[in-house]
Amino acid sequence: MLKRVAITGITGLAVFAGAAFASEDPISTRQNIMKSNGASAGALFKMVKGEIEYDALTAELALREIFAGAVAFPTLFPEGSETGGKTRASPEIWKDKAGFEATALKLENAALAAIPAATSGLDQLKASLGSVADNCQACHEKYRLEKN
Amino acid sequence: MAKRSLSRLLGLFLLAVVAGLWFTRPQHIEASAIPERDPDLTNGERMFWAGGCASCHAAKDAKGDDKFVLQGGLELKTPFGLFRVPNISTSNAQGIGGWSTADFITAMVKGTSPDGRHYYPAFPYASYEKMRYGDLIDLKAFLDTLPASDNEVAGHDLDFPYSIRPGIGLWKLLYLSDRPFEANPNWDETTNRGAYLATGPGHCAECHTPRDIFGGLNAERWMAGAPNPEGGRGRIPNITPHADGIGNWSAADIAFFLESGFTPEYDSVGGSMASVQENWAKLPGEYREAVAAYLKAIQPIASMKAEDDGS
Repeated sequence: MLKRVAITGITGLAVFAGAAFASEDPISTRQNIMKSNGASAGALFKMVKGEIEYDALTAELALREIFAGAVAFPTLFPEGSETGGKTRASPEIWKDKAGFEATALKLENAALAAIPAATSGLDQLKASLGSVADNCQACHEKYRLEKN
Repeated sequence: MAKRSLSRLLGLFLLAVVAGLWFTRPQHIEASAIPERDPDLTNGERMFWAGGCASCHAAKDAKGDDKFVLQGGLELKTPFGLFRVPNISTSNAQGIGGWSTADFITAMVKGTSPDGRHYYPAFPYASYEKMRYGDLIDLKAFLDTLPASDNEVAGHDLDFPYSIRPGIGLWKLLYLSDRPFEANPNWDETTNRGAYLATGPGHCAECHTPRDIFGGLNAERWMAGAPNPEGGRGRIPNITPHADGIGNWSAADIAFFLESGFTPEYDSVGGSMASVQENWAKLPGEYREAVAAYLKAIQPIASMKAEDDGS
C-alpha cells in the first residue's frame, strides 16, 4: 500500500515536473522543438541523398512534425526568456515580433503544402524539400545568434 | 638653445610625416599592366557569387533578382564605428558606372578609389588582392551588365582615430601582401583551387580568422573562429579540421553544407553565413568540392575561449 502510494506520488511528481518543464521553461521547450525539426530534416534529407530508403509515411510524419513545431514555436518566447539556458534566440525576436511570427507562419504553410508531393514519390520529395528547408535559413539568418 | 632643438624636433617630425604619407600613399594599377582579355560573363557571374558582392552591396534582406541591384546602404556596426556599404551599381552618379577596368582592379587589389583615396578594409581587399586579373576582368564585365540604382548612401561614421583615412596606408603596409595567390606545391589541383576560392574571392578568413589589435588577420589562427565582427553575443565558428572546428565533417559534408545550408546534424545555417551559403549554392558543385578539400587540408587549430580574445 505504502509502496503504491509512493509510486503514485513519484509518478504524479514526474508528470507534474514534466508539465512544469513544458509550460514554465520555454527555452528548453523551444530547444527541443528545434531538435525534433533537426531529426525531421535529417530523415527527409537522408532520403533525398539516398542514405536511407524513401518512405512516404516517414516523409509525411517529418513534415507534420515540422508543421506542428512551427505552430507552437512563436508562443515560446515570452518576456523574460530572452537569456539563459544557452539560448541563441536573437533580441530581434522581441524587437520584431510580427516579422518573427510571419516567418513561423511561412514554415507552417510550406510544410503542409509539401505533404502531397513529398508523399507521392522520391523525385517529388527532392523537388519540394527546398521550399520547406529554405525557411530554416530565412529564420535563423535573422532571429538566431551565433554559438558561443 | 631649447628653442632651436625644439624647431629641429618639429622639422624631423614634419619630415617623418611627409615620408610616412609618401610610403603609405594610395597605390594604383595602370591600365597597361592589365592583360587583354575577352571577358567571360559566365565566369564573371561565378566570381560575383563566390565573392559575395550581393551579401553586402544589395539591399538588406534582398532575395532573388534583387540581389543583382547593388544599391548599397547596408549598415555595418563594428568596434571601429559605423560603416555604410557603398552603391556599386552601374549608376554613373551614385555607383561605379563610370569606372574603367583599371579603376575596378585598383579598388579590388590595392584598396584605392579612382580619386586616389584609401578604402577602409571593411571592404575585404586584403583577400580580393589574391584574385587573378582574368577573374577580375570577368567580374567587372559581369557587374557592368547589372541594373543601375540611384540610391544615395551617406558616408561612414567612424570613431577617432579610425576616421583618419591616410592612416589606412599604414594598415596596408602591414597587411596587404602585394603578392598574387600562390599554390601550395604539396596540395593537389582541387585543393589549391579551393584555397584560391576561399582565400581570394570567397574571403572566408575575413570573418573566420580573428584579428590582432590593429585589425589585421592573425595568420597563426587561420580560420580558427573569431569574435563576431558586428559585436553581440556568439562567435564566428572555427572551420579548421580540429575537433573544436569541423574536424568531424567529411569533405562531402562541407560541400553539402554549402549547397543545402544543413550541417551533418541537420541543423541549418544562420546569421550572416546564410547569405554566404545562398551564394555558394548558385555555383557549380566543383566549386564547393574544392573549398571543402581546402578546409580539410588546412592546419587544425583548437578554439580559443571567448574571454581570451576579448569577445
